[in-house]
Amino acid sequence: MATAEEIAAQEFSSVVQSHRPQIFRFLLASTRDYDLAETLTQECFLKAHRNWSSFRGDSSAMTWLMRIAINLQKDHWRNRRMQFWRLTQTNSVELDEASDWLPSGERSAEQKLLAQEQVAHVWQAVRGLSERQRTVFLLRYVEEQELSEIARATGLSEGTVKAHLSRALAKVRTELGGRR
Amino acid sequence: MNWKAKIGDKAERANGQAELEVQEAALKQVLGDFRISVQAWSENAYSRPRPVFKATAHRVWQRAAEWALVCVLMAGGVSGGVYERQHQQQMARIEAARQAEQQRLAAEQRAREEEELLAKVDSDVSREVPSAMEPLAILMAEDEAR
Repeated sequence: MATAEEIAAQEFSSVVQSHRPQIFRFLLASTRDYDLAETLTQECFLKAHRNWSSFRGDSSAMTWLMRIAINLQKDHWRNRRMQFWRLTQTNSVELDEASDWLPSGERSAEQKLLAQEQVAHVWQAVRGLSERQRTVFLLRYVEEQELSEIARATGLSEGTVKAHLSRALAKVRTELGGRR
Repeated sequence: MNWKAKIGDKAERANGQAELEVQEAALKQVLGDFRISVQAWSENAYSRPRPVFKATAHRVWQRAAEWALVCVLMAGGVSGGVYERQHQQQMARIEAARQAEQQRLAAEQRAREEEELLAKVDSDVSREVPSAMEPLAILMAEDEAR
């Protein structure tokens, strides 16, 4: 017969398996750095494992994990600002490389090229967003989360989430506007 | 005329609305492409082999290089300070030796001048002995010799 600890461990293991790729994707899109995204994902699940017993299920496991990931990312940038020498060298992937990953689907080569160019402009706009705007934007348009979920994950009110999203979209529109 | 203006206004509004809808549809398409590209990119990165040892080694080398740089800078700062201090002390020693030499030369000069002055006084005094006393002085010298 399995003990309570073993059941909890199994539960956590299934949570890791189902949510790890999504957390990694969010952190990769936020940082554009493979190694950093990998490290922060590990830290996120380590932290989650330590606090798994205190997770009461008020929100979904995904929202809870996302909240941990957002805080870790925030801490990382804060520390990074203090360590000036780290600013001089970054492993961030170039925007062109990040926008190269667009499956062809049924598009012609020309259409694909145009789509890639537009995706690169979205990346350009994302780079210019504030940390909160970027987080909200990525959660909405990459992770396709509802506003209420984003509010819970970020700890902001829905109104504030809407405001950040609106400003982020305005910047994306501006970035795309002059080039269409 | 009024109805014509109204129709024109309506048509303009409809055009504007249509244009806005086209723009929104295009934006939706771009954001959809953005999502798809991030997902594809992330899946590729997630499934790539992770060179754990290499990454660790890279981080270790990076950390070691950072520490080495900090140590070199600190050593440079400390040795620069020590060199500066030693240089100042050496300069102070040279200055002290120079001043002592100057004082010695000045003392010698003073002693020489005093000696010359005394010699001059002696010769001046000896010339002032009256000539009438000279035979007596000779006699005294002879007595002493005997």
